[in-house]
Amino acid sequence: MIYLDNSATTKPYREVLESFNKVSTEYFGNPSSLHGLGGNAEKLLSQAREQIAKLLKVQTKEILFTSGGTESNNIAIKGTALMYRGRGRHIITTEIEHPSVKESMEQLRDLGFQITYIPVDSDGTVSVTDIEKAISEETILVSVMHVNNETGSIQPIKEIGQLIKKYSKILFHVDYVQGIGKVPLHFHDCQIDLCTISGHKFHGLKGTGALFIRQGVKISPLFSGGGQEWRQRSGTENVAGIVAMAKALRLTLQRQENSVAEMRKIKDCIRIGLEKIDGIKIHTPVLHCAPHIINFSIHDFKAEVFVHALEEKGIYVSTTSACSSKIKKPSSTLLAMGVPEEEALSSIRVSLSYENTMEEATQFIESVNEAVTRLRKVMN
Amino acid sequence: MNYDRILIRYGELSTKGKNRKVFIHKLKRNIKRVLRNFEKINIEADRERMFILLNGEDGLEIIELLKNVFGIQSFSPAIKTDKELENMKNAALDLFKKIHQAGETFKITTKRSDKTYYLDTNEINQIFGAHLLKNIPELKVDVKKPDINLQIEIREKAVYFSCENIPGAGGLPVGSSGKGMLMLSGGIDSPVAGFLSMKRGVEIEAVHFYSPPFTSDRSKQKVIDLTEKLANISGSVKLHIIPFTEIQQLIAKQVPENYSMTTTRRLMLRITDEIRRKNDGLAIITGESLGQVASQTLESMYAINDVTNTPILRPLITMDKSEIIDISRAIDTFEISNLPYEDCCTVFVPASPKTKPKKEKVQYFESYIEFEPLISKAVENTETIAITPKAAEQDEFGDLF
Repeated sequence: MIYLDNSATTKPYREVLESFNKVSTEYFGNPSSLHGLGGNAEKLLSQAREQIAKLLKVQTKEILFTSGGTESNNIAIKGTALMYRGRGRHIITTEIEHPSVKESMEQLRDLGFQITYIPVDSDGTVSVTDIEKAISEETILVSVMHVNNETGSIQPIKEIGQLIKKYSKILFHVDYVQGIGKVPLHFHDCQIDLCTISGHKFHGLKGTGALFIRQGVKISPLFSGGGQEWRQRSGTENVAGIVAMAKALRLTLQRQENSVAEMRKIKDCIRIGLEKIDGIKIHTPVLHCAPHIINFSIHDFKAEVFVHALEEKGIYVSTTSACSSKIKKPSSTLLAMGVPEEEALSSIRVSLSYENTMEEATQFIESVNEAVTRLRKVMN
Repeated sequence: MNYDRILIRYGELSTKGKNRKVFIHKLKRNIKRVLRNFEKINIEADRERMFILLNGEDGLEIIELLKNVFGIQSFSPAIKTDKELENMKNAALDLFKKIHQAGETFKITTKRSDKTYYLDTNEINQIFGAHLLKNIPELKVDVKKPDINLQIEIREKAVYFSCENIPGAGGLPVGSSGKGMLMLSGGIDSPVAGFLSMKRGVEIEAVHFYSPPFTSDRSKQKVIDLTEKLANISGSVKLHIIPFTEIQQLIAKQVPENYSMTTTRRLMLRITDEIRRKNDGLAIITGESLGQVASQTLESMYAINDVTNTPILRPLITMDKSEIIDISRAIDTFEISNLPYEDCCTVFVPASPKTKPKKEKVQYFESYIEFEPLISKAVENTETIAITPKAAEQDEFGDLF
C-alpha cells in the first residue's frame, strides 16, 4: 500500500496508540474526580498541555483542548462573534478556507454578520493589501488559513499579523491544521490570537485537537456545562486522546527536523514526474507552498475514475479535500484560483507524510503513467 | 557570529567582604543546578564576575532561566576574542549585524580594564564606531538613547563584546544566608513567603501538615507542585510531609472549640521546630500577614509564638492580600494555590475561633493533654521528598509522552 492521502488523515504512530491504550486502561479516571484516579488523569492532562505548549512555543494556559480542527475553527470564529458582536459585525476571511470556517461564516451571515471573502491570485495566495482594504470600523475578526488543504499554498500569515496588530479591535485567527509539523509557524511572532490544530493530521487520533487562545484574549464558549478547560469548553476531557496527541506532536516535530528536506525532494520528484506526462496540469504553485501537498488535473479524466484506477494498484490519493470529495463539486480553492471548472473537477491531490519514501514516489509516477495510457485507450 | 558565553555580574555580594567566596560558591552551585539539563556548559567564576561558556547550548533558554536566579545583578550574552584589532573588528560587526534592525541607533561603551592596552577608551570607541558606520548603511549614533549599546570590555587576557544588558533577579544567592523551614499550607501566601526569603539568600525546606483522609492526595500534590515552583529557583527543595491526623483529632476532642485553632498552630510550630532542629535550620518562615485571619492577629501570634525561641520570619507581615497575589502570579504559584482542595488549615475550622486568645488560657488547656508522644511520632513518620524541577511527574508517566 502506498498511502498518499495524508492531508485527509494520517496513520497514527504505533507509539501514539500505545500511549492511548495505556492511558485508557490504567488512567481512565475523570480528571475532575477528587480521588487518586482522577488526580492521575488530571496530571496527565496538564503534562500533555505543558508538552504541547512547549512544542508550539506558547504558554501552557494558551492551549485549549477540543475534538479537532472543525471544532477549534467553530469555537474561534463563533466564539469571537458572540463575544464581540457589540463591537462590530464584520468578519474577513478568504475564498479558500476549509468548510468548517466557510460554513461557520455562512451561519454567522444568517445571524446578521457581514462576511468579506478575500479572493486569491492564480497561485492561491491572498494579498495583504486586499485584506487591509476590506477592514472597516465594524471588523472584529480576520480568519486566514496557513497551508491550504487542497493546493498546499502558504498564506502570508506573518504579514497579515503585522497588519492586524495595528487594529486593536480585530482578532486574528489562523487555521494551522495542514501546516503543523510541515511548515513552522511562530504564533506569537505572527501576532496570532487564535490558532487551530488537529491531532489526526500529525499521526495522532481522530477526535483530538486544540485551539491556541493568546493570553489576554477572551472569547465566548460554545459548549456550556461543567466548566472544563477554563470554562471555555465544557465536557469531560479526552485524556487518552490528548496524551496521544502530545506524543504525536513531539514525534512529528522530531521527524520534521530530520526529514523535511527529504520530503521536499520526494515532492519535487513527483512534480517533475507529473510534468512529463502529457495532459497533466499542476495547480500547486512552485513557490510559497508546503512540502507535502501537490495538486494536479489530468485532462479528459474525471478525478474519481483516476482515484479508483490508482487504488487498484494499492495507491491512495484524493480528489480535492476529503471533506468535500463526496459531494461532486469542483474544488472551491481551484475555482478561486481561476482554474476552469472542468479542470477543477478532474483535480487530484497527493499529500505526503514523513513515512513516504522516494521509491513510493517513483512507483506512483509509474502507476500514473500506466493508468493514463490505459484509460486513454478505453476512452478514445 | 553567535554568542558563546554569558557574562554574569554579581548583585550585592560585591560588597560582602570576606564572605565573598561563600557567596560566589553558592551562586555557582545554584546556577549549575538550574542549568543542569545543559550538559555542555561550563561555568567559570572569579571575584569580579562569572562566565557561562555555552559550548553550543541554547543561549535563549538559558537566559530565561537565569532571570530567576537570585544573586545576579545583571547579565549579558557576550562573545570573546583575542586582542588582535582585526579580529575584534570582525567580531563586533558580526555580532552587531545579528542584532541590529534597520533604523535602530547605537552607541559604544568601552571598559578598558586592562590599563596597559595600547589604545585608550576614546580611540577604541572611535575605531569601532567608524567600523560599524562604514559597514552598515544608514546606521546612526545616538549617545543619549541608543537602541543598541555595544559594550566592549578589554581585559588582560581577552576582549568581550556584548550588546544586551539583562537585569537579573537581584537579592542574594539562595543558601548564602543559612537555612529556614517554610510552613507550606497550599494557600496563596506561604509560597510567596518562601520566595521572598529565598530572595534574601535563605535556603528553604518546606514543611507541610497532611491529614488524610480529611485532606486528599490532591492537596498533597498541590503542595508538591508549589514546592516544585520554588525548586525552579534554587534547583532543589526538600519537602517534609507531616502526618497530622491523629493530633488534629485529639485537639478537636480535648480543647474547647474556640481555642482549637490556637492550639493547632502551636503544635504545628512545635513540630516544625523539631524538624528544623533535626535538619540544622536556623529559622522558621511563615506566610502570615497581620490581621488577615484569626490566627494572624498580634494576640494570636503572641499566644502561638510562645512555644519557641527560634526566629520566625514573616516576609508578608505588612503586605495586603492584593500585593501578595501579585507576587504569587509573578512566580506562577497563584493558579496552583487557588485549586479548591481541603488542606490542614481548612478542615477543622471552628465556627468562631478566638481572634484574641490568651496565652495563659491556651497553656492551661494544653496542660491536660500529653502531646509529646504524638509529636515525636509525627516527626518520626515524616515523609521527606527532595523536589527538583519537573522530576516528580516525568518519572511516573515516562514513556507515555
